[in-house]
Formats: sequence, structure tokens, C-alpha cells
Amino acid sequence: MARIIAGVGSSHVPAIGAAMDNGKTDEPYWQPLFAGFEPAREWIDDVKPDVVILIYNDHASAFDLDIIPTFAIGVAPEFPPADEGYGPRKIPMIKGHPDLAWHLTESLIDDEFDMTICNKMPVDHGCSVPLSIMFGQPDEWPVTVIPIAVNVIQFPPPSGKRCYDLGRAIRRAVESYDEDLKVAVFGTGGMSHQLQGQRAGWTNPDFDKKFLDLLGPQPEELLSISPTEYIREAGSEGIELVMWFIMRGALDPEVREVHRHYHVPASNSAVGLIAYENSDR
Amino acid sequence: MAKPKRDYDDIPGTFVFDARRAKQGYALNMFCKSLDVAENREQFRRDEARYLSSFDLTDEQREAVLERQWLRLLELGGNMYFTFKLAIFDGKSMQHVGGEMSGMTEEEFREMMLRGGRRETDG
Repeated sequence: MARIIAGVGSSHVPAIGAAMDNGKTDEPYWQPLFAGFEPAREWIDDVKPDVVILIYNDHASAFDLDIIPTFAIGVAPEFPPADEGYGPRKIPMIKGHPDLAWHLTESLIDDEFDMTICNKMPVDHGCSVPLSIMFGQPDEWPVTVIPIAVNVIQFPPPSGKRCYDLGRAIRRAVESYDEDLKVAVFGTGGMSHQLQGQRAGWTNPDFDKKFLDLLGPQPEELLSISPTEYIREAGSEGIELVMWFIMRGALDPEVREVHRHYHVPASNSAVGLIAYENSDR
Repeated sequence: MAKPKRDYDDIPGTFVFDARRAKQGYALNMFCKSLDVAENREQFRRDEARYLSSFDLTDEQREAVLERQWLRLLELGGNMYFTFKLAIFDGKSMQHVGGEMSGMTEEEFREMMLRGGRRETDG
């Protein structure tokens, strides 16, 4: 049986990927951020998941305003890095897991989560930066990846509770898959940041720290935060944090926090990284 | 049926990309998205006004694009992820655009982020 062994909440700031791609991680600006990633990398190298279900949002790369799926799952064998205007990131091809991805799709739709099915989906920094954060710069990624893209750009986004419930449904789906596979779920985006308007540059470390404190032991206390409250407190792009609930919902009710890192800033954003293990991993 | 409540309009300096803005900014944002394609960037580079004429923009939107009025683009229905493609075309950073939108230089914006980001008191 496949089982979920671990979860990671991670920012996906594009500048983090660019700093790695351009060899800047030892510069004074970046060094403290990357130093905080090291223990998480060592941990995941020990945990060794076979598959990562990677929850992220597309940033006008695979999708534009013609079609805006709320939840989209990638079932392809490969997901090429998208060209976001600088040329595609020079990273290894992201390999999918079509069998498990189709199983998830069928199970989730049977479970009343109406996923949009994507046979072709270039993935942008939202998906690739968390892989870089957790696995560094290998010649090939040590995991296969099932990307799930969530709309948080066109208002309204799905609610925190809906995301949490999707996570629970993902868990049921994984556990009904016959092959022995170790699965990790990454929920990405955030933390507090605002890219747009006269309020650009907004961050809120108090909000972020409370979010990190509660997400493991008392996630239900965070689920009622409304989209408006995210925008007000965590900035207009801080709304991405709802995607962390999909990860949290896929884990046990009780989890062990194994790593936490928080840093401001990377480019225009606050950065958070948190890792959990299920008790039976 | 009750309309969805828009309880976010009072958040200062923030443009929530809801149905109203999506309708207003569809063509503008799709123009920005077209710059993902190298051939389109070439055409836009050769003659910006001419390239823009193939998109159904309002005169105000066209002017805001040509003059790179970053805040105005949002007021006219632009979405930051789309309008930023125009900034990438220009070789500008998110911190440059963030500064322009909030009346700061890129350097001032960068300094503000290094101090931990914007607070209520930063205007």
C-alpha cells in the first residue's frame, strides 16, 4: 500500500530559484536563508520519499485568463519547466507518476473533488522552487512529482477548509493505491507578501509565526481565516498559504514537527519552511 | 441570490483581482500573456503601438502600457502576474515595479524589504 509519510510547507519565491541557478547562495543576502534549508535537506535525504505530491499555484504560465481551474492535477509522464520570460530554468526534467496521478484523479473525483485533468502542464517556479529548496541541484530529481495547481490568482480562491478537505481526500486516495510507495506532500506559497499596489512589500511576521505555530497542533483554528483576512493580514499574495492546508490535511491529526525556518526577506516576500512526519513513517 | 460580499475594498493600496477586474482587464492581461512567446516579443519590440492594436484595449489601457504606468495598469484591470510580464520584457525587477507603484526608488524599496518589509507606518 502507498502511504503518506511526510509533509512540507514551503515558500516558492522565484528569486530563491534564481539565486541557486546563478550561484549566489553564498552571498550575504542569501546565505542566512539557504543555511536554514540545510537541515531540511538532510532530513528529506534520510526520509527518502518516492513521490512528492506538490501543491502550488500557477502564475500565468500554464494557465491564463481563458481557462482558470480551481484544482488541476498533472497526469503527464514529464513536466517541463515553463519559460517565465527569462527562458526556462535550467533544472532537470520533472518526472511525473502517471499511474498514481490517474489513481488520485479517479479517487478524488469519486470523492466529490472535481479535478481538472492536465495531460500537458509546463510548471513554473511555484512547482520547481520547492523542489530546489528541498533537493538542491541534483543531476536528476530523486523523486517523481505529481503537481496539483490551485487557483489563488482569480478571486475567489478555494477556502482553507476546502483545501484541508482536499488533503484528507488525497490521503484516502494514496492509501487505496496498491503499490508500496512512500509519498510526501508539499504545500507551497506564501508566507506573507504583497507584490502589487501602493502596499507592495507588505509582510507580517506575527501572522506568519502564529500560522507556523498552529498549523501542526491545531490546524482547525486556522481554517476559518477568510480570504479577505489573508489579504488584510498576510498581503494579497499571502493568500497562497491556503495551499499549505492541503498538505496538512493529508497528514495524521497528530504530527511531529521536524524542522522549521523563517526568514525575511527573499525579494519581496517572507519565507517559511516547515516539515512534519507522520508517526508511522 | 445575494451577491458575494466584497469586504476587501477598504484594504489600502490593494487591487483584489475579482470578477469586476477580470472583466475590465481581460484583454489587457491577455496582451501581457502574449509576451511569453519570443516571436510576439519581437513584434512588440519593433512597433509597440502597432502590436497593441491587435488587442482590444481601451485608450487608457493602451496609454498605460506604452508609458509603463504600473499602478495605473492595476487600476485598469491589470493583474500583477500578467502586468509583470511587461516588466520582464523591459528587464525590470519586481522591486523596481514595487517601488514605482508605491512611490519609491528600487533602492528604497529594497532597503525597506531588508528592514523586514512594509508596515502600516510606511504609508
